[in-house]
Amino acid sequence: MKQREGGIPLLLLLPAALGTLFLVLPLVGLLVRAPWSDLGARLAAPGVWEALRLSLISASLATVVALLLGVPLAWVLARTRLPGRSLLRALVTVPLVLPPVVGGVALFLVLGRQGIVGHWLFTTFGISIPFTTTAVVIAEAFVAMPFLVVSVEGALRAADARFEDAAATLGADRWTTFRRVTLPLVAPGVGAGAVLCWARALGEFGATITFAGNFPGTTQTMPLAVYLALQNDPPAAIALSLVLLLVSIATLLLLRERWLGRRAMAA
Amino acid sequence: MRTTTRAALALVAVLALAGCGSPSAVSPSAASGKVGGTVTVFAAASLTGVFTDLGHRLEHEHPGLSVRFDFAGSSALATQLTQGAPADVFASADQQQMDIVTRAGLQKSAPVVFASNVLEIAVPPSNPGHVTGLADFAKPDLTLAVCARQVPCGAAAQKVFAAAHVTAEPDTEEQDVKAALTKVQLGEVDAALVYATDVQAAGDRVQGIEFPEAQDAVNSYPICVLKAAPNAEAAQAFVDLVRSPAGRRALTAAGFRTP
Repeated sequence: MKQREGGIPLLLLLPAALGTLFLVLPLVGLLVRAPWSDLGARLAAPGVWEALRLSLISASLATVVALLLGVPLAWVLARTRLPGRSLLRALVTVPLVLPPVVGGVALFLVLGRQGIVGHWLFTTFGISIPFTTTAVVIAEAFVAMPFLVVSVEGALRAADARFEDAAATLGADRWTTFRRVTLPLVAPGVGAGAVLCWARALGEFGATITFAGNFPGTTQTMPLAVYLALQNDPPAAIALSLVLLLVSIATLLLLRERWLGRRAMAA
Repeated sequence: MRTTTRAALALVAVLALAGCGSPSAVSPSAASGKVGGTVTVFAAASLTGVFTDLGHRLEHEHPGLSVRFDFAGSSALATQLTQGAPADVFASADQQQMDIVTRAGLQKSAPVVFASNVLEIAVPPSNPGHVTGLADFAKPDLTLAVCARQVPCGAAAQKVFAAAHVTAEPDTEEQDVKAALTKVQLGEVDAALVYATDVQAAGDRVQGIEFPEAQDAVNSYPICVLKAAPNAEAAQAFVDLVRSPAGRRALTAAGFRTP
């Protein structure tokens, strides 16, 4: 009894401490090596704001797309008895483990100018998706939406279904129940999923550079800017990385404190 | 009696072993020193084909040697080297990236130029954008790829655009030349500015269009053994092979010019 209260076993403490170092040390390195003296000038450079703005906008749009499509998908997975549900769940979570570059190639094969759907779009309407901001949003949503689906489905399964049953007995149809009972019930889970999804979209690199290419102002997001800056101007890359780090931390703090509250932390 | 026989047998065995050993000591492979183990070559993406072949050739000449390659944009490789990546040889697609490595004092001996390359326009075989020359890169309605200006093929592209007074309107700045070429092979862009060697390597999957302004941006390829090379002998053997008549033949066949 006393041991449970007091000391943590060394066999757990040591790996835990190493794990912490492993995760935190690289971030410390970023701070130590940052070009602090001319940081202001570097961040005021023309391309930086452009890339940051594009990153924020495209990650937010990708999250909206993921919410509109992902929440209903999670509901279908959690609340219906659709045959082949587990197969469906496996399929829609593939992008979670798929190397993003492969995702980018796959998007080309479907939505590219020569792709299965893209070819028709191009020849019929003259619409070409690759190398546009739309392509950035699509690539990010493709990679990030599974995070939201998994998280919302988990929240739905954990939520007490008796409230929904009660709503149904009181005469509410399924859509009203979903809107008035289910959604408010799992709102913290949806919020947490949206934050995860947004953060993943913000950091997306592989699928974006493959499917959307790299052009300042239209498709060059922060991670792409960091990668290219690293090629010939490492201090600039560090400066850009700091901005991304700051945005990520700020988002986590802000959303956890203000919006998600404690229930999401528990979930 | 028994002991004597055994000693005699041992003596014969020793002699036989020595006899076996001595001819190999003067075999041709000894002329280039004892080369074995693993040698790591960091090379520009545009060298992928020809260096892979030369690597196999060197492995064939020196059984027990394994040649490992990291092909990427020269600038990415230069950054990795200055960050302490362990490699034996660095071959860059331009002088600028080699300078980054030599300024950091990482070279064992002075780099030597072993090849040069010029830009060429690559279009899909059917040439859907009806591209005929460099001036077409100013057309906003075409989908066009160039290399990012941070990598050598991008720097060369900026040079030829300036020389030709063309205001380029590319849709994407790719992270290396192979990525730009891939977009042509997929048919996703109407044209890309790549190296002549890439067009040659792609065979009939792309069509190449030469243009006179390419002469204003000839890329020189320097190579050097690195100071921290874990396998300096094998590294030198690789550099020697690249600069040998056989190496030059392979480079020329791949579309490079050799000094």
